[in-house]
Amino acid sequence: MNTTHDRAARAGRRSGNWRYWFAAQRGVLIAAAIFIVMFAVYGAAQPMGLSVDVVNTAANKGALLALVAMAQTLPVLTGGLDLSVGMIFMLANCLASTIVTGNAGMTALGIVGVLAAGLACGLVNGLIVVYGRLQPLIATLATSAIYFGIALALRPQPGGDINGDFADGMTRSTLGVPSSVLLIVAALVFVWIPYRNSTLGRAAYAVGSSEPAAYMSGVPIARAKLCAYTLAGLFAALGGLLLTCITFSGEARAALGGEYTLNSIAALVIGGTSLFGGVGGAVGSVFGAFVMRTVGDLLIVFNINPVLQPLFVGVVLLFAVSLGSLRLLRVRNKLDLYR
Amino acid sequence: MPRSLPKIDVATLTAFGCIVVLLLVGTVAKPGLLSVGYIVQQLLVASFLGTIATGEMIVILMGQIDLSIPWTIGMGGMMATGATGIFGHALGVALAIPFGVACGVVVGLVNGLGVAWLRAPSMIFTLGMNAVAQGLMVWHTGGFAPQDRATGLMIALAGGQLIPGVPNPLLVWIALGAATVYLLTRTRLGRYIYAIGNRERAVFLSGVDSRRVVLIGFMLSGACAAAGGVLLAGWANRSYQAMGDPYLLPVIAAIVLGGTNVLGGRGTYLGTIAGVILITLLQSILSVLQPQDYFARIGINLPADVFRQVVFGLVIIVMMMLYGREKRTR
Repeated sequence: MNTTHDRAARAGRRSGNWRYWFAAQRGVLIAAAIFIVMFAVYGAAQPMGLSVDVVNTAANKGALLALVAMAQTLPVLTGGLDLSVGMIFMLANCLASTIVTGNAGMTALGIVGVLAAGLACGLVNGLIVVYGRLQPLIATLATSAIYFGIALALRPQPGGDINGDFADGMTRSTLGVPSSVLLIVAALVFVWIPYRNSTLGRAAYAVGSSEPAAYMSGVPIARAKLCAYTLAGLFAALGGLLLTCITFSGEARAALGGEYTLNSIAALVIGGTSLFGGVGGAVGSVFGAFVMRTVGDLLIVFNINPVLQPLFVGVVLLFAVSLGSLRLLRVRNKLDLYR
Repeated sequence: MPRSLPKIDVATLTAFGCIVVLLLVGTVAKPGLLSVGYIVQQLLVASFLGTIATGEMIVILMGQIDLSIPWTIGMGGMMATGATGIFGHALGVALAIPFGVACGVVVGLVNGLGVAWLRAPSMIFTLGMNAVAQGLMVWHTGGFAPQDRATGLMIALAGGQLIPGVPNPLLVWIALGAATVYLLTRTRLGRYIYAIGNRERAVFLSGVDSRRVVLIGFMLSGACAAAGGVLLAGWANRSYQAMGDPYLLPVIAAIVLGGTNVLGGRGTYLGTIAGVILITLLQSILSVLQPQDYFARIGINLPADVFRQVVFGLVIIVMMMLYGREKRTR
């Protein structure tokens, strides 16, 4: 009947939605813009330009951190933290270098095994946090030591192997599109987006915003947290699998896992996720991770001494965090500064 | 008659209980282990961890966390040994220790400014400072060959015995611990630190400049970490880049096992002492027990570190289950 009226109303709603969408995605858009600018500068300064190989290498390096940062994002959204993502990543790497070998069937079984191990690690984290009621920081600090121990038991010395065809497929690029980018997109489209739109995903955001309020509203808090930590394990294991495809070996080195854990926190903050929970998303973390990695690449093309890399990464991180302080200028009541 | 006996909470008692159990297990596994010499040696090892944990505990009591510990330790050690290269020999030898600690204070100062004034989450800001400190140190060693040998005073401070039978680092820890207990329980600053951990807004409304307190807390943390670095450099007679890396997690674990709430506001220094000794003893007893030998006998060869890590993680989980659980949401 009133179709024109309806349509106008719907259009009005939609423009309102767009404004809301922009406000909600501001962090992601800023991170994406920074990444695009940095990568364009990198491409322009690169003597070869942005050839397929250059893009592929950058994508592979960035995708590793991106997957770990995605993993970190899920618990952080619930207001928690997962200090074991780096170690799950490493454990998956060591496991993959042992079981993802042999013929196609064995390889496929191995991949399933690696991902299942990641899910199991994440589930253990979730169970300890939810039913053990330990602080996420402490619980995952403890499990990270255990996962490192298991990784070390699997691979006392660096080594191992992986099915060459599978590894090649995961690390090359098809028609200029790196497989690692496809992997990230697939993880976002088939896992992250359905998760975010599901009851449990919504519940995760609610828990992160205010756990008492979520509880009073009947949100399934326990299941939301369990699901977040478990999926974090899956993403970290995907990262570990990709690492094995790139290096063709497994290695249990404490510094490696620790570095990925800490960088994942940095990447998600750059990507606009709040460490207090309830705000942000995995897409921002992906761009945050690529920003972190491109800083290193930029230093190389501009011939800056590689020993300066940690200094630059640190300064970029501090700068990004300090940008968030601009909100202080808008605070009218000084009391809002304090919690 | 004292108004009240000093209260010892469940966490501290459990931690001390575990220390006794560990010593018993060690004695059963290796008779003759329990001697004065062994205990003094363990306390010596613990005093490095304890010195570093003191500052971190103050920060955690305020509801913040300092992840810049590893490279502040490295910076303290490397700047103390490098002082002779920077100030010349005569001045450098005299200034080595104060300069090393002062560098830690500067790291803490920046952390405090970022957390208190920029209101950045401490977890990410101190992480960034850790990378910056690492960058500065790598730059320092990459630019020119730095002096990495400890001065005589540093070696004496870490390796000597001012009182026969008591290693100097232990004296440092005792002095630092006594000062911290006094600070936390007998001064206004100490009360502010606990209060901020409970609710900073209330402290601010009470007319306290809470930002200054947070700043001081982070500066103390930087100073303690750097002092730990100076001691470690003196002990090893040299400083090296990643010298602080193995300390971050044990320090946090020790503080938490001692009953300090990671969200701030609750915890005693006695508990931290118990936690530090417990962590140190755990590492030592595991190397005495050598569980890898039992596995090797049934044909499974595993590195010793596997057991150290797994047991470390399990102990934290089990102990926190005993007394560190959160309240159920209602």
